[in-house]
Amino acid sequence: MSHSAPGLNYLNHSKGFKSWALTLDHKRIGIMYMVAVSLAFLAGGILAILVRLELLGPGETIMGPDAYNQSFTLHAVLMVFAFIIPAIPAVMGNFVLPIQLGAKDVAFPRLNLASLYIYLIGAVIAMMALVNGRIDGGWTFYAPYSTSIGNGILFVTAGVFVMGFSSILTGLNFIVTVHKMRAPGLTWNRLPLFIWSIYATSIVQVLATPVIGITVLLLFLEKAFSIGIFDPALGGDPVLFQHFFWFYSHPAVYIMILPAFGVISDLMGTFSRHQVSGYKFVALSSVAIAFLGFLVWGHHMFVSGQSAVSSVVFSLITYLIGIPTGVKVINWVQTMYKGSVQLKSPMLYAIMFLFTFSIGGFTGIILGVLAIDVHLHDTYFVVAHFHYVMMGGNVIAALGGLHYWWPKMFGKMYNETLAKIAAFLVFFGFNLTFFPQFIMGAQGMPRRYYDYLPQYEFYHALSTYGSWVLAAGLFLIMFYMIASLINGKKAGLNPWGALTLEWTHTTTPPDHHNFHDTPVVTRGAYDFHLAKHLFEHGGEVTELDLGGDGSAATPEEAPVPNEPVA
Amino acid sequence: MANPHTNQPAHVKHYFVSSEQQFDAAKMGMWLFLVTEILLFSGMFVAYTIYRSWHPETWMALSTALDWKLGGLNTLVLLASSFTVAMGINQIQRGNQKGLLLNLILTFVFAGVFLVVKYFEYSAKIEHGLLPGAAFDPHGISHGFDYATYNVPYGPQFFSIYFVMTGIHGFHVLVGMGLFAWITWKAKNGAFSAEYYTPVENCGLYWHLVDIIWIFLFPLLYLI
Repeated sequence: MSHSAPGLNYLNHSKGFKSWALTLDHKRIGIMYMVAVSLAFLAGGILAILVRLELLGPGETIMGPDAYNQSFTLHAVLMVFAFIIPAIPAVMGNFVLPIQLGAKDVAFPRLNLASLYIYLIGAVIAMMALVNGRIDGGWTFYAPYSTSIGNGILFVTAGVFVMGFSSILTGLNFIVTVHKMRAPGLTWNRLPLFIWSIYATSIVQVLATPVIGITVLLLFLEKAFSIGIFDPALGGDPVLFQHFFWFYSHPAVYIMILPAFGVISDLMGTFSRHQVSGYKFVALSSVAIAFLGFLVWGHHMFVSGQSAVSSVVFSLITYLIGIPTGVKVINWVQTMYKGSVQLKSPMLYAIMFLFTFSIGGFTGIILGVLAIDVHLHDTYFVVAHFHYVMMGGNVIAALGGLHYWWPKMFGKMYNETLAKIAAFLVFFGFNLTFFPQFIMGAQGMPRRYYDYLPQYEFYHALSTYGSWVLAAGLFLIMFYMIASLINGKKAGLNPWGALTLEWTHTTTPPDHHNFHDTPVVTRGAYDFHLAKHLFEHGGEVTELDLGGDGSAATPEEAPVPNEPVA
Repeated sequence: MANPHTNQPAHVKHYFVSSEQQFDAAKMGMWLFLVTEILLFSGMFVAYTIYRSWHPETWMALSTALDWKLGGLNTLVLLASSFTVAMGINQIQRGNQKGLLLNLILTFVFAGVFLVVKYFEYSAKIEHGLLPGAAFDPHGISHGFDYATYNVPYGPQFFSIYFVMTGIHGFHVLVGMGLFAWITWKAKNGAFSAEYYTPVENCGLYWHLVDIIWIFLFPLLYLI
């Protein structure tokens, strides 16, 4: 940074629309992804609030059954394909991964930019379903219903197919970047755990996404030319569609949750001022989950008529996934236990994650039990379970990561007090929204129903009230994040005193080329027992290492990590 | 031709440390892409296997409706094109730009021949109503053979799978022609050398995959 003109960084070294629209800089692409993905989250979120509002009381509240069916379907399509799948990898992965590797960019910057445009085109095609027919019946598009409801399905399948390409290109890019672009000395055992989980995610993206590609392509052809592969009226097999669909869509669950694990690991290490416990186990458990995730798709089909033997096998492998997941959770708790925890807003989300994700994970094991699943299948228990995993897992971790990397991305600090209030609102609102759904689901309330019996009214009302609190928290975040860009306090080089390369070796915001000299790595990503030495003297860490907690004006005021406990 | 900032050859992008790193990265990316291609086709192969195992009699009856002579010709054409693209890479590794150009043009021509043959095959099927799914309606008499005898149960599934698999494969051949047109044009302008031929190598890898998929499609659909 000392070589280039002072004050120049990736945000301001060039100006104008074209300098963004045609940029090959992974950081700018990450920021543009962030805007796009946030808009998808906003649209999907507004639909969710409308769906919850409709369910406030029995009978019609604000919309008719047709609008309701289309609203929850569109909510799911937007949230799954346009928001959660790209959220952490394409935003934070793009921004952080090359810097954490000590690289100047990803291996294929052009493909990276292409993936953004492909994603946008796919999202627009999927949205065209709204004006070209209807799309209801849920995001799973089960045949033959999905091919019998008008032409909306043509646009949604085409959109999903196109967005899948974007996902594949991102994953492919990251795998090659991790393999080929690591800085000298950055061995696999020194990689930040965020990299490990993005790497595992990328493997799933590359191996699973082509299968949804061919599935939605066949569904498209089924609708367009009645090819009779899935439609039983033409001799096809609808269960085959379900197998194809879940062969992708279950691994896709790990595309959603694995990056969240990575963010949480980084947060746990940094804010506990401690080496992440069981580093190798945490790293390899991501790979184990990615692998096992391919072998459990049948647990979505216990009542779809697959053989009893398959169901037993799928059920057992489903339990197995609990092991690497448990390894992670226990190691995170252990990290906090051994460390000295700083309750900054990113860490609040990490701790929140432990609660919400664990509830989501355990209820997943419950749903993997064959007999119980027959009772709970397609009830609100399932809805609550996957929202605890996807929102309580992915979104909470994404919010944590956003608060963690925001100062690096924009060089501004947000208002920490408002951030803590918002974190509380999100936690309280989230649980109030989804916990009652476990109870009414266990009592038999089916998912996706427009109307319900009076006995469920209390839980539905609680859930709807919760959605308002949750929305208030999320809008508050949007408000103070935008406000920080306008009048936020200037962020230091390393406000959290973290030890990964994006904090120790780049300016804030980073230089256009990330580094002027490729860094040489001589330690692990969480060697906080070296921190006192690193923050005091040079070592490989240079004048950039000012340490601090964001509120400290000078390095002297910054908290010094504890000596390691032997 | 060297980049003044990095002392690297001009083709090395600034974010790579060396030409070798760039070549390795591109090749690994291509292999990963090929994996996704195989998985894309794997869905269709699974559908093929399932419907074949459910209705073997339909498959036996209708594979005779496909012209094994034209399919065999196309197999030879694709094998020849795989050979020419491999020869092209061999030539440019020795620094022979003319040899590369000749082999690329030959590959392009072979790919075109494949699609022309495919066009005649498809026309014959369409003419006699051997079509996928709901459009399946075998009719007409040709060379004394009544196509109505192909009207067997689950015939639509066979032709759905035939048209989807060969159609998507044909689309890949078309994309391959586009790629070869592009690198032929670059080769004509002398863009490649013994030091830098990454696009040729990667297009070659892609083309071998397209070839291999056909090697599986041909016996599965035409012969058994």
